[in-house]
Amino acid sequence: MTAAYAQPSLTSRISSALYLHPRLLLTLLLAPPLLWLGVIYLGSLFALLLQSFFYIDDFSGNIIREFSLATYAQLFTRANADVFLRTTLMAATVTVAAALIAFPMAYYMVRYASMKVKAALYLAVMLPLWSSYLVRVYAWKLILAKEGVVTWFAAQMHLTWLLDALLATPVVGGPSLSISYIGSFLVFLYIWLPFMVLPIVAALERVPASLTEASADLGATPTQTFGKVILPLAFPGVVAGSIFTFSLTLGDYIIPGIIGNSRPFIGQAVYQLQGTAGNIPLAAAFTIVPIVIMAIYLMAARRLGAFDAL
Amino acid sequence: MTNPSGIAVRFAGVSRHFGDVRAVDGVSFEIHDGEFFSMLGPSGSGKTTCLRLIAGFEQPDAGNIVIHGVNVEGVPPYQRDVNTVFQDYALFPHMTVSENVEYGLMIRKVAAAERHRRSQEMLGLVKLEVMGARKPNQLSGGQRQRVALARALINRPSVLLLDEPLGALDLKLREQMQEELKALQRQVGITFIYVTHDQGEALAMSDRLAVFSHGRIEQIGAPSEIYEHPATAFVAGFVGVSNVCIGELARRLTGSAQAFAIRPEKISMTPASGQVPEGWFSTTGRIRAVTYHGATTRYAVALDVGGELVVMQQNAGDGGRAVRAGDTVQLAWPRHLNQPLAGDS
Repeated sequence: MTAAYAQPSLTSRISSALYLHPRLLLTLLLAPPLLWLGVIYLGSLFALLLQSFFYIDDFSGNIIREFSLATYAQLFTRANADVFLRTTLMAATVTVAAALIAFPMAYYMVRYASMKVKAALYLAVMLPLWSSYLVRVYAWKLILAKEGVVTWFAAQMHLTWLLDALLATPVVGGPSLSISYIGSFLVFLYIWLPFMVLPIVAALERVPASLTEASADLGATPTQTFGKVILPLAFPGVVAGSIFTFSLTLGDYIIPGIIGNSRPFIGQAVYQLQGTAGNIPLAAAFTIVPIVIMAIYLMAARRLGAFDAL
Repeated sequence: MTNPSGIAVRFAGVSRHFGDVRAVDGVSFEIHDGEFFSMLGPSGSGKTTCLRLIAGFEQPDAGNIVIHGVNVEGVPPYQRDVNTVFQDYALFPHMTVSENVEYGLMIRKVAAAERHRRSQEMLGLVKLEVMGARKPNQLSGGQRQRVALARALINRPSVLLLDEPLGALDLKLREQMQEELKALQRQVGITFIYVTHDQGEALAMSDRLAVFSHGRIEQIGAPSEIYEHPATAFVAGFVGVSNVCIGELARRLTGSAQAFAIRPEKISMTPASGQVPEGWFSTTGRIRAVTYHGATTRYAVALDVGGELVVMQQNAGDGGRAVRAGDTVQLAWPRHLNQPLAGDS
């Protein structure tokens, strides 16, 4: 005895078809993002790569669309190599400092803070992201300027000598904090810190408190527990955060333009080359460099076992 | 590790408060060296807090705790000669089974060869020799439980603390592990302190047990003592099934207002108006509900004097007793089996 089902409507027929063919559903769901990723994202990357193998004619200033490694050769001039070194060192310093500041913050948020305090801290970490990046950078310019609040505060505390000593440091110092590497470093650190805090919080939240207790129970001092249990388990979070802070610092061209001495970072070099200089091939070749640096960084992170616990 | 006093753990007036909650409220007791001691109670009764006080994860707000003759006030967990098997096992997910088991020895800087020998020995004890290279997430619940046990026992603690270690296992495995744990305890001769909310488990495994309620100990004793002679209404109700009769009902059944408990299996049930032996209490009622439990059948009997008693009978023979809901029956039990209850009625 088979009872006939009522004639289904079109929508219910579509629902049934999708339910019975999950692969069809998956294809439909994935098609738009894959198209976006494939055409727009990978396409532009490929165009970039292609451009970097062209070169510019020194006389006419025209782009010669022929395969050449001449543009890449230009990357290895002393001035350009300095740009890479400067940017990479800054990115590395910002990353290490961000990790050192973010870890205790994240640990406090996960292990000690009450629900209310934790929510407030989340908000405090995220809040800067709601305001304009440019406004925050210019605010820092005022804070760090010679007439700014830092100078004033140092004077009030009779610490002007300390500030002066700091600014007198060779290479990283300068006439004022806003015109020095120290200034760029501080602002980079401030702007990217949330991107380090949040992944570490996420990683620590996946480490049950009972593991810390088990380690102590088995005789480990807090320092040993940190080294053997907490850090290894939170390490993927630190690496995830460092990928953000490192790559964002590598690519940024606004902060060093506003705060710092006028020596260019990679982002600024690209900006000038494709804008005022009109040297698209060299700009493209410049852009490949941070990609290569990131690739090396990720491979090193994988070697360190950063992704084992994912 | 033996000591002359033969006391492994002594609590003297220990309290632990969390805000307004008195998790442990002025508790005093002693646990003997080498015994299997259970702390039984519903959740929130303070049993786990007591365990954490012994382990050192919590510090008492009042009173003191002595472990093997040493007052452990202010001693952190990593300096205590006790180890814990955690409820969620708390195995380190980034280490292999062997590394987990060797953790305590590694911390104490025992040489690698010695570490390996002892971890193999321990894994042998819990029948997991071949699993050493696996990660904890490749093991079943029961296997993880054994790893947690091996990881604690390898340190040869003077006291082993177990926090509901069988809670996450299914019934069959739990029964098997109960026997294994008990056998293991006899084999290693270490004091086991076992926290559970499962009264059957506590009765089956313990040499002695303490029944906790609202941060206090209601009764301490051997399993049979706790079961046969519950001191309070709470113990009578929590350990096994019990008829707790208080006030007016107690007076109508026995002629005295003294509160008492009577176990359902002690009550004999006969068709109405039978002979009652000398020295027995008896009453009559009507069966309200019959619940079949396999080996036994439980009858809820609404008494003619008001109130209700639960009666349990073995399903011996053909098991098909012709007693049904609505039947009138007579209940009787020997006077001496009435267990008088102390305190709050």
